[in-house]
Amino acid sequence: MTTKLLTALLLGASVLGYAGAAYADDVTLTIESWRNDDTQIWQEQIIPAFEKANPGIKVTFAAAAPTEYNAALNAKLAAGSAGDLITCRPFDASLDLYDKGYLSPLNDLKGMANFSEVAKVAWQTDDGKTTFCVPMASVIHGFIYNTEAFDQLGIKPPKTHDEFMAALKKIKDDGTFIPLAMGTKDQWEAATMGWENIGPNYWHGEEGRKALIAGTAKLSDPEFVEPFKILAGWAPYMGDGFQAQSYPDSQNLFTLGRAAIYPSGSWEISVFNKQAQFKMGAFPPPLPNEGDKCYLSDQPDHAIGMNAKTKHPEEAKKFLEWVASQQFAELYGNALPGFFPLTNEKVELKDPLAKEFLSWRQNCEPTLRATYQILSRGTPNLENEVWVESANVINGIDTPEAAGKKLQDGLDSWYKPAK
Amino acid sequence: MATEATMKKPPRRWHIGVFLLPAFLIYTAIMILPLAGTLQFSLFRNIDQHQTFVGLENFRTLFGDPRWADGFWNALYNNVIFFIINMLVQNPVGILLAALLSSSKLRFSAFYRTAIFVPTILSFVIVGFAWKLILSPLWGVAPDLLNMIGLKSLFSPWLGMEKSALVTISLISVWQFIGIPMMLIYAALLTIPDEVIEAAECDGITGMSQFWKIKLPLILPSIGIISILTFVGNFNAFDLIYTAQGALAGPNYSTDILGTFLYRAFFGFQLQIGDPNMGAAIATMMFLIILVGVGIYLFFVQTRLRRYQF
Repeated sequence: MTTKLLTALLLGASVLGYAGAAYADDVTLTIESWRNDDTQIWQEQIIPAFEKANPGIKVTFAAAAPTEYNAALNAKLAAGSAGDLITCRPFDASLDLYDKGYLSPLNDLKGMANFSEVAKVAWQTDDGKTTFCVPMASVIHGFIYNTEAFDQLGIKPPKTHDEFMAALKKIKDDGTFIPLAMGTKDQWEAATMGWENIGPNYWHGEEGRKALIAGTAKLSDPEFVEPFKILAGWAPYMGDGFQAQSYPDSQNLFTLGRAAIYPSGSWEISVFNKQAQFKMGAFPPPLPNEGDKCYLSDQPDHAIGMNAKTKHPEEAKKFLEWVASQQFAELYGNALPGFFPLTNEKVELKDPLAKEFLSWRQNCEPTLRATYQILSRGTPNLENEVWVESANVINGIDTPEAAGKKLQDGLDSWYKPAK
Repeated sequence: MATEATMKKPPRRWHIGVFLLPAFLIYTAIMILPLAGTLQFSLFRNIDQHQTFVGLENFRTLFGDPRWADGFWNALYNNVIFFIINMLVQNPVGILLAALLSSSKLRFSAFYRTAIFVPTILSFVIVGFAWKLILSPLWGVAPDLLNMIGLKSLFSPWLGMEKSALVTISLISVWQFIGIPMMLIYAALLTIPDEVIEAAECDGITGMSQFWKIKLPLILPSIGIISILTFVGNFNAFDLIYTAQGALAGPNYSTDILGTFLYRAFFGFQLQIGDPNMGAAIATMMFLIILVGVGIYLFFVQTRLRRYQF
């Protein structure tokens, strides 16, 4: 019932929308998106740049609320009233749209050559043969720190795990700052900012992630348990009552200058730039040993694809080619510091903190969160379980080994990798 | 003769049906049909994008698959604890408050009555958020208040610890809903006629023994109603846990009750895709649990309660 009603409303809205545009000879492309926070950036910076370079094509950015986007988009697509260009969520949500025939395959798009395999994997079929969205932005994991705290205590950004632990100890002994701004109340902090953040250095990024999918590695193997052991070691440095500390608590603790290090990711940059009164720095996840190869969790966040039923496929493709270009990447990366272009071409960013995050890409192998592709399709859901177990390990409810075993047992119960 | 008989036959009372109809239709449309739909849904499963009838297969998964079963029993166990704490704390304290309020010697009783009832009408979101803040180890008033009386060492992050989270949540629920037993018992106490009390006083029954021997038996039916309301409310609870602890009902599922378990199964969570059929199976179990509980009450407790007429 509600879907039908919604469909009818949306249909009505889009008919009216088209009626307005029908006067001009120009072709109007509509972008469906959930990023309503970015509407201004699109209207004032990105769309004018495209329209200037491509006369005769007008672009409208139609954003819905993030929580309503998936349902609204599905209803619009089913009714045939969705926009020409569709912003793609990573992994299964978009794959589902492609499987239903709503998204066009984009293998023949020239600009696709600008993206690495890791950049495209979130918008590919499971066999990796077809890509259906042009990657737009990713978020990078790392640690943000308070430079004033580090200067005051004479600490340099740690490179290895041992240096990291030594820094934590020094901050704790001094007592002015809480060493780590992190809590286990919301559980996902422990998983996303903890395990998925430092883990790739231990399971060797893509190698470990793909081995899990292929079934040749297990979550109970040492390379996946070791990050849990490290997390357990963080607990004494996390400040009083971290068990009841939520994600906004951690953010405030850090931006108020009460904590020294914030395990996190680049998506915080624009928020923190506004809130923090001190200068911030960032360092990549510490290496297990000096001289090890470094891996970076470079998580694809959003992309853009073409509605298979669009009336203007040529113009839509033109737009997608432009999204794949260096010009778009630079424009977008600077408008939204912390959301990084995924292109292989060189992009100049202005925000110093964002620049720091992006610089790690030069030396480190990119990977993505190990649980996101394929492995979280069943019940029990691996991503949820990782949240619970990461928090359990820090809270001392489970040993790291027990956590690894539980995760693997849960995965084994439904996931049968193709042999 | 025949005509006389038809004349005597009372006229059909159409108005009864007419007046009942709106309520019946609305109740059917918004309660009975969805309930039947849920029961029916639990017997189906989505196979290749089609709803296929699978009999009791979903229930076999729920109780047979060790992971689903663990989740279900854990949620049921937590729910029973939640109910017991509510029952043992909320209702006796509610009765005590009502007894105090009905005392003619108490001043400002209208103020107390309102103040204690206010949390009941607050939104769950406000209650959950306010208590999360009060008990926050970082910015909460609880650690500061304890510090003032030198008991800071007693404070711990109760909502974040596996051992204490469920009890803490239960007590927050008690705090929120204590107004309901208080009001119902208060109303029942007011209906006790003065003659009965006077007669008791003539017989020398006053003070505490008056409460135990005269008033308590007279308000027993109300206590029964409150118990059943608590039972139904607790086994349908969801909102407070969701707002205070999130849908994963942490830490380590220690505050997971049937409502949150159902929510995750039905709607999914984060990367977990919702499975409405398993959700409906859990909802059916919740329905049966409540049905059995209410049935036991109606047949074994309600019928034995003695009622007094004045």
